[in-house]
Amino acid sequence: MSPAPSFQDLILRLHAFWAAQGCVILQPYDMEMGAGTFHPATTLRALGPAPWRAAYVQPCRRPSDGRYGENPNRLQHYYQYQVIIKPSPATAQEMLLDSYRAIGLDPALHDIRFVEDDWESPTLGAWGLGWEVWCDGMEVGQFTYFQQVGGIPVVHPSFEMTYGLERLAMYVQGVERVYDLAFNDAGVTYGDVFLRAEREYSAHNFEHADTAMLTRHFADAEAECAALVAARLALPAYDQCIKASHLFNLLDARGVISVAERAAYIARVRGLARACCEAYVGQEAP
Amino acid sequence: MAEFLLELFSEEIPARMQQQAAAALCRLLTEALAPLSPALSPASGPRRIAAFGAMAPETQATARIERGPRLGAPEAALAGFLRKHNATRDQLHDEAGYHTLRLDAPSQSAASLIANAVPALLRRFPWPKSMRWGAGSQFTWVRPLRRILCLLDGAVVPFDLRDGADDAHGLASDTLTEGHRFLSPDAFAVTSVEAWRTGLAARHVLVDAGSRRARIWAGITALAAGQGLTVVPDEALLDEVTGLVEWPVPMLGRIDAAFMDLPPEVMQVSMRENQRYFALRHAAGNPAPWFAFIANIEAADGGAAIIAGNERVLRARFADARHFWDLDRKTPLAARLDALKSVIFHARLGSQYARAQRLHDLALRLAEPLRAEAHLAARAALLCKADLTTGMVGEFPELQGIMGGYYARHDAEPAEVSAAISQHYAPKGPTDSVPTGHVAAAVALADKLDQLTQFFSIGEKPGGSGDPYALRRAALGIIRILREGGYWLALRPVLENAAPDVADEVLAFIIDRLKVQLRAEGHRHDVIEAALTGYSSNDVRILALKVEALSAFLNTDSGANLLAAYRRGTNILRIEEKRDARQFAADPSSTSLREQQEADLAQALSGVQHSLEARLGHEDFSGACAALAELRAPVDAFFSLTINDPDPAIREARLGLLARLREIMNRVADFSKIEA
Repeated sequence: MSPAPSFQDLILRLHAFWAAQGCVILQPYDMEMGAGTFHPATTLRALGPAPWRAAYVQPCRRPSDGRYGENPNRLQHYYQYQVIIKPSPATAQEMLLDSYRAIGLDPALHDIRFVEDDWESPTLGAWGLGWEVWCDGMEVGQFTYFQQVGGIPVVHPSFEMTYGLERLAMYVQGVERVYDLAFNDAGVTYGDVFLRAEREYSAHNFEHADTAMLTRHFADAEAECAALVAARLALPAYDQCIKASHLFNLLDARGVISVAERAAYIARVRGLARACCEAYVGQEAP
Repeated sequence: MAEFLLELFSEEIPARMQQQAAAALCRLLTEALAPLSPALSPASGPRRIAAFGAMAPETQATARIERGPRLGAPEAALAGFLRKHNATRDQLHDEAGYHTLRLDAPSQSAASLIANAVPALLRRFPWPKSMRWGAGSQFTWVRPLRRILCLLDGAVVPFDLRDGADDAHGLASDTLTEGHRFLSPDAFAVTSVEAWRTGLAARHVLVDAGSRRARIWAGITALAAGQGLTVVPDEALLDEVTGLVEWPVPMLGRIDAAFMDLPPEVMQVSMRENQRYFALRHAAGNPAPWFAFIANIEAADGGAAIIAGNERVLRARFADARHFWDLDRKTPLAARLDALKSVIFHARLGSQYARAQRLHDLALRLAEPLRAEAHLAARAALLCKADLTTGMVGEFPELQGIMGGYYARHDAEPAEVSAAISQHYAPKGPTDSVPTGHVAAAVALADKLDQLTQFFSIGEKPGGSGDPYALRRAALGIIRILREGGYWLALRPVLENAAPDVADEVLAFIIDRLKVQLRAEGHRHDVIEAALTGYSSNDVRILALKVEALSAFLNTDSGANLLAAYRRGTNILRIEEKRDARQFAADPSSTSLREQQEADLAQALSGVQHSLEARLGHEDFSGACAALAELRAPVDAFFSLTINDPDPAIREARLGLLARLREIMNRVADFSKIEA
């Protein structure tokens, strides 16, 4: 095993590892979202009693984190590797440590720590308890035992693990600037793939996104979500909730949402998430 | 005595909860096992809390006679008595006209008491926040509970956590525990407290939090000393780190010289909040390019990879900080004022921009009484909130004010202005210093007065439910700035100008906090009331000086004596005034003053009254008390006479003298408030 996997090799190793744990290896959800948790394979599947094991890469968009490609660590678009196992296995921590071994982080050489971090998503009405996982003082992942999603207490707590892939890759490759990451072993860097996109999307997010249009789209998504919930179509309804959440993030990045409005927007998205989750649970066989 | 050990082994417990939880475990066990008189000690670490110690091996057997209903009482009463004690009629005896029952409580073994008590105790253990895990169980713990080690004299005390159909993850007591997650991962059996402690130590777990803390501090200070450096003490950080490691391995890392021009506060906050690193200093006190941290592992390579990793992480952190530092300095504070319009101070109190304008006006007003140059105070007040729009304060809110000071220096604002901005939140607590310099004092005072008047104006006052806007701290800040800076300031006109509707309330609140503060300084509450009741000053310094003077006076012989005389005199007056249903008044021209003692007292009272007025006019309370002290001898002599002389004119004159004494002493303080 090479001690420094390329970015894509890191993903392939994690896929191989979690596939061996019985996870279905999903592809990214085809919508813009702020975190891998938003993927219906996590949010909706965490509800109800049915066992579930899944792993996938999810591109995440955080419009206000854009830095026009000039900051070595911050991106408005990056990848999360997301694992969800329900019910949480007794060996969840050991599985996680084995996954680090699989990508070349040896806990006998490195200082791996589980540091308190209570996870909460105000927009999803979700919370759980767990840790930031530290490796030599760097956060390399977020480990959560889900307790509530969409305002609904879960039947069986899931184990959720989120790896920040770029940061993890920078660590294992010993790289100080994200754009210098080896994307593959054939000389392509992360910058070759994404630098231009970071510049253009930063300009879009901060300067050009049409806020009047975004505000309309937010209202449209909100209305459509409610209509689909009424039609008891939980999955399409949830797509509209994801859309509304991303539109809110874009409006926030454009700086057109005041502090007071901000809380109101978050409450509106949370209302949508709750309705979708309730519709989803109501339709699942008992 | 029997040796007891209970260890609850779990996934990583938040550092801040471990020691409290171990203490709670000891307390709850001591309550639940009270008949065994346990003496327990706590132990805790990232993956376990424990209680251990000695207790009686069994409870004492007891026997007693319970008296029931009278013989011949109604049948229902007897049935109720039997039901209550779960007894039958044939167990009854007759004694002295009553049904009686012999109630024997046999001795119970400690093991059975423990096995009964512990499961219920664990089910309702007071974690601040607990969770479910896995499938099917409603049992909750702070993080998944993995093992229960419970021994009495080396033998396992058998119990499990099953609750009806809920198997609680099959958790049951056993003799097993685990050592260090990475260095000694396998479970091992334990037979005694000593074997547990030494077994864990051999497996890289130092289970006593106090020893871990001591080892950490000794370790990092020794490493620092090796480089000729000292560690910046940080008790809270030391506590937290103690809860993050089972096997502390202190290490030093280097800081890139390129970052050493960052403000030391920025470096320290970033190291502390983000990384839990300790800052180091050169012998001269200036920041050293090193940091100390604690690993949880003795690594195969001696820690080289761990140190390199931590140094890398800190480089990234400092690169972020440098980004904000460089970017923030491109926009002067003065050019940031407009941006404050979109920074909300409070939803109902408008923006920080409006606040800055108010502070500017307040500081102008306060400048003269605080001996500050008005234009400097006003400038600093206007700019002091501007750093809220900087990237650095967005990232580290605890650096507000401090960053403003740095940025003001960079903008070439006058030194007084930058110093005032950096100190305008001071004092942040009872141990924090007040701002130094008149301009800084004026701005810090303006900030706190604005905080109080604004929140009072929307009805947000501290109450039983707490003090979310830290208004008590603000009031104490005002008091300390004025007293420690030696500033005379009539608060009422300032408050009335700033917020006429709540001026009275805010003033009362500040004076109330002053009383609390004076009590904390050791002044008696009745002395404080005596000094301040009915006294109209609204200058906290004057009020405090008056209390201090009165306290000091009452601690002298003269003061204590005079107080006794005052009590004696006012008591007599009270009784006589009640009897005659009228007040007595001093009559300096009375011709019935024939005794020497009467003349001496009358003369002394006149003299004292004269000097008292002059001294009170200058708020010279020590002087006023000293003047009162001159009354002691003539008053003592006066009391050798009979006040209630049979001659009504003499009685009238003597009571008049007492009335005058009361009146004069009450000019200084309401001595009637002072308790015996």
